[in-house]
Amino acid sequence: MVTHEIICAGFGGQGVMLIGQLLAYGGMIEGKEVTWFPSYGPEMRGGTANCSVVISAQPIGSPVVAEPDGLIAMNGPSLVRFKGAVKPGGVIVYNSSLVAEAPELQGVRICAVPANELARELGNDKIGNMVVLGAFLGLTKAVTVASIEAALQQVLPARRHHLIPLNSAALRKGLSLVEG
Amino acid sequence: MERVMMKGNEALAEGAIRAGCRYFFGYPITPQNEIPEYMARRMPEVGGVFLQAESEVSAINMVYGAGGAGARVLTSSSSPGISLKQEGISYLAGAQVPCVIVNVARGGPGLGGLNPSQADYFQATKGGGHGDYRLLVYAPGNAQEMVDLIGLAFDKAEAYRNPVMILTDAIMGQMMEPVVLPPLRTVAPDQPWATTGKRGRSKPNIINSLGLVGEDLERINRELQAKYARMAASEVRYEADGVEEADLVVVAYGTTSRVARSAIARLRQEKKKVGLLRPITLWPFPQQILAELATAGKRFLVVEMSAGQLVEDVILGVNDREKVAFFGKLNGTVPTVREVYDRIRSLLSEGGEG
Amino acid sequence: MKKVFAYPRALSQRRTHYCPGCTHGIIHRLVAEAIDDLGIQERTVGIAPVGCAVLAYDYFDVDFQEAAHGRAPAVATGVKRVHPDAVVFSYQGDGDLASIGMAEIIHAATRGENITVIFVNNTVYGMTGGQMAPTTLPGQKTTTSPYGRDTATVGYPIRVCELLATLDGPAYLERVSVHDPQHILKAGQAIRKAFALQVAGKGFSLVEVLSSCPTNWGMTPAEALRHIKETLIPYYPLGVYRAPEEVTGGDA
Repeated sequence: MVTHEIICAGFGGQGVMLIGQLLAYGGMIEGKEVTWFPSYGPEMRGGTANCSVVISAQPIGSPVVAEPDGLIAMNGPSLVRFKGAVKPGGVIVYNSSLVAEAPELQGVRICAVPANELARELGNDKIGNMVVLGAFLGLTKAVTVASIEAALQQVLPARRHHLIPLNSAALRKGLSLVEG
Repeated sequence: MERVMMKGNEALAEGAIRAGCRYFFGYPITPQNEIPEYMARRMPEVGGVFLQAESEVSAINMVYGAGGAGARVLTSSSSPGISLKQEGISYLAGAQVPCVIVNVARGGPGLGGLNPSQADYFQATKGGGHGDYRLLVYAPGNAQEMVDLIGLAFDKAEAYRNPVMILTDAIMGQMMEPVVLPPLRTVAPDQPWATTGKRGRSKPNIINSLGLVGEDLERINRELQAKYARMAASEVRYEADGVEEADLVVVAYGTTSRVARSAIARLRQEKKKVGLLRPITLWPFPQQILAELATAGKRFLVVEMSAGQLVEDVILGVNDREKVAFFGKLNGTVPTVREVYDRIRSLLSEGGEG
Repeated sequence: MKKVFAYPRALSQRRTHYCPGCTHGIIHRLVAEAIDDLGIQERTVGIAPVGCAVLAYDYFDVDFQEAAHGRAPAVATGVKRVHPDAVVFSYQGDGDLASIGMAEIIHAATRGENITVIFVNNTVYGMTGGQMAPTTLPGQKTTTSPYGRDTATVGYPIRVCELLATLDGPAYLERVSVHDPQHILKAGQAIRKAFALQVAGKGFSLVEVLSSCPTNWGMTPAEALRHIKETLIPYYPLGVYRAPEEVTGGDA
């Protein structure tokens, strides 16, 4: 695929802006054109926060993604809000720890990741976003896991660099769920 | 060349510093706060001055003082704050003080909203303040142009002794894209006309826009108009993408040009002949190319986030109202790629090419 | 023979446009003498106001910027931040400084901006034709208070030195008068001190000068000077409102 148009959405605090930025940085590291655009609604606190990411071999037009081919939904409201916009042939990866009922959509590949439980297994409740991102990368090949790992070096402040191995483990955990 | 990821607003700020700007005066207003916040961190690192003024009015007058003293100086704000600066902008233009003013526009009128908007086009290009004056107005289309055009803006401001405006919006300001940064420049504030203290000059330098005697004001305005004519002749910039072979040319700048580009890409996959004309200078406006395209029989669609401001300049350039269609959004929402795509499709089918 | 009186170097040779009996000319001279005395003419930048002194840049032989109404302290701030070694002063009237420019003067003062402000208070808008000013006295007739300033409807005059003295920022605030030779001498000393403090890097200094406006007060020049003494000074007491630190080279 030449262009990946992605929406990352979830509660504020779930790290959806971060995984969006990592996707964009990862694309940049791979020499592609990228945009990252944040959208905070009035529901910024407690509701959904989301960002648009475009990764392309071509110059990018609109940075605002309305019809994504990839959706990362970290909670129920985000899934409800964006699932209908996903293009046929697209991919949805959602956090099934917070979504009781699996969505049914024709022509869209849907992947449930119990992010909260897996994060706990990895020993850090905040790492669920990276597990979901790992699964998303496995399904979409938007960028490589190695590029995300390189991106972490740039995005995380130096005082957080000791967390990079944990982030890597979470990414690869997510990847393992969809590979095989 | 190393690419670094930056928000548009931060790219503007760093671009200004790279271009030798060491003075920033501003006042908080959303959605441009990344610029003063970036400057507050960055200016001390490069020996510059960041000062949060007591109001937009004071900020623009500090700019007048610093610009008149010969320095590369920047202020930024968003629409309601830019309205407050208009008095100062008129004085800056009248006194021929170089400076750069950034408007990260939001929806209006009045307090409006925080959504991106292009409804300050008239204000930027046709005055805003009192008197017969012009600003050179750049409209960046991506983060790289935020860096490049603000650098150019400082050079042109000094070359013409004229205020230059960067007109952008919340989407361009908040969006992150990779940019390549130019090397850091240092530019000493030593213009021969600047108020530095006489320091051995025989005559004092005066920064002034007063012409109490009628003939004086007439002469000042003639000089200004001659300067604007030189700017109009040399400073027009635009990007033309596939306009020669196009049946329909979309005219849009900034954010809407990005949306239009996506819509056009889809249409080209369907073998539709659609071009994009993206003005990079909003003043001086690329009238000539529009006139040429109109003569070649093209039709035009103007896409903007306003009730119709850019479209007036396009009609002037095309000189045939029938050939110019308009699609506008009224400050609350951004046109979607789908909406622009649909609009172009329907225009093409009206014209018989659909 | 020792020369005891000469034309100040920092004044230009131009004839001023001020009305007969107006004290702006005296205050210009005091400013120019202070600049001469401190040897700072070559590095001084003045900021002219909107008001009667709008053409001040014609009357001094130093670099000048003409500011919009009330904005002189902001313009001065811009100049001073670019050239910290320049001596920057604004010259402002009461409408300019205490009405439309109130925000600019308060904030320049509270920042302790290292500039000097010469504040000429004649209780009236002079250039626009004698309208009510923020310093117009209670009961004073102007073209926009034709029945006399009614404090019940338009409130009270503003005492600028007292107001600014509530701030921690200013280094030096003094109110002086130019209604007789003795007071002119004291005013000259205050203005010189204000500039000397800036040269020494001490921060914000403001000298408020009670000034006459015979034209808009409807008085002869002599009556106007008497009016300062008998009516203005009781309402606007002379004196130092923020004491400067000792400054080498100053004659404080």
